[in-house]
Amino acid sequence: MDWLDNIIKTFFDFGAMAKVLPQLLGIGLVNTLVISVFATVLGIFFGMILAVMGVSKTAWLRVPARVYTDIFRGLPAILTILLIGQGFAKFSQQLFGPSPYPLGILALSLIASAYIGEIFRAGIQSVDRGQLEACRALGMSYGSAMRLVVIPQGIRRVLPAMVNQFIAIVKDSSLVYFLGLLTSERELFRVGQDAAVLTGNLSPLVLAGLFYLIITVPLTHLVNYFDNKFRTGRRKATPPKSGLEEVEETLSPTLTRGENA
Amino acid sequence: MTYTSPVPVADGHFYAGSRLEIQNLVMAYGDVEVLKDVSLTVEPGTTTCIIGPSGSGKSTLLRGVNRLHEPKAGSVRIADDDALKLQPDVLRRRVGLVFQHFNLFPDHTALQNVALALRNVKKMPKAEAERIALERLTEVGLAERADHRPRDLSGGQQQRVAIARALAMEPEVMLFDEATSALDPELVKGVLNLMAELGQRGMSMLVVTHEMNFARKVADQVVFMDEGYVVEAGTPDELFDHPKSDRLRLFLSEVL
Repeated sequence: MDWLDNIIKTFFDFGAMAKVLPQLLGIGLVNTLVISVFATVLGIFFGMILAVMGVSKTAWLRVPARVYTDIFRGLPAILTILLIGQGFAKFSQQLFGPSPYPLGILALSLIASAYIGEIFRAGIQSVDRGQLEACRALGMSYGSAMRLVVIPQGIRRVLPAMVNQFIAIVKDSSLVYFLGLLTSERELFRVGQDAAVLTGNLSPLVLAGLFYLIITVPLTHLVNYFDNKFRTGRRKATPPKSGLEEVEETLSPTLTRGENA
Repeated sequence: MTYTSPVPVADGHFYAGSRLEIQNLVMAYGDVEVLKDVSLTVEPGTTTCIIGPSGSGKSTLLRGVNRLHEPKAGSVRIADDDALKLQPDVLRRRVGLVFQHFNLFPDHTALQNVALALRNVKKMPKAEAERIALERLTEVGLAERADHRPRDLSGGQQQRVAIARALAMEPEVMLFDEATSALDPELVKGVLNLMAELGQRGMSMLVVTHEMNFARKVADQVVFMDEGYVVEAGTPDELFDHPKSDRLRLFLSEVL
């Protein structure tokens, strides 16, 4: 069973894993989460702007949003990250210091916002037109109607898609290493990769992979759980009531019960 | 048929309905004219029912009155104001619209549905908005269901919440766009009762309906529309018992 030993040694060397575990936990996991969460928050912010522009009646708002989305969705992530990370490095250095994080996060969020914008736009457009009309018929402005009624409904519908997007960002965060990271700045992939190179064994990378799964898999199930809860859980269980009794509700007791009662 | 006759109203809240005057209204979707030349007047506190086959422009007319769809030509006057010159949002505060499919806000309770525009449009503090919302819900017989979301209400109850929502803005004219067409048959009467009561309480109402008995018993005026024109208008007796045009006779023979 030589081949089995080989496989275990190459991928599942627990000694090598144990060695790299503190670094993966203390540095890699923290940095991956920091990058991903910041990129997501920024991406949601930009994405919401794009979505609102995208559903606008004004071509001056809609077309730029379209062009932006096409560009950032169509380019390979690595290309965008390198162009922004290196292209604006000097500018970033003056503002944030030498860390490549701000630009890496910015690049990731620009990419993500193109997808998030489309997700939000689809959600907003899936809300029945009658909702907007009902608001307008009550004298509410377009902005108020969108903010208070339409967008909240749209967002709720696309929550599962948003979690998928977060998962994509977590995975893409590994690309930030292309911008050059200090030892303390390395995220999961880079920590695993360094250890793998150092030991000539792939087990640290496998462990890094496990960490990615630990972040992403529970999220998927969590969102499904909440999705179900939102859709069905809020329903009040009331005993069925005959529609025939309803007509009584509209006859106030002060009125004489005529032939309608 | 579901509707028999209105119940007399002695006390409670009364409304100050305004006069609504529509003259030579023309409306189009793109190049297609769906309303060609419509004139009608709803006197203050009266009910006008619009009947007619589908595609006759009844719903379009209502959407022109509160300018959800902008009319192409003609005039709409509400009280002494030119509705087409008012700010649309200002006009819509004075004209309530009830939709066929209710269009309640699904994430809001019945109370919040009614209170939302009071807070957002009339800028009322929360407590006052909710007090008025509860009053209106009581009026439509749903005080006990104020904390229910639309999906926990029957279609009839949802439509009554929608009516309360429109009433809360204290409109001068109420428009009903086939308000009972989406309801189960046994729920229709509750909504019609409520609409008849509103008429008795002084509201000016323009009602697009397929409930011929309602039109006969409640309307002060019935208007028959077909292919974008008003074909006949008059009292319920005139239209239902002595129709003049062939189109109306044909229509009545199909629906009665």
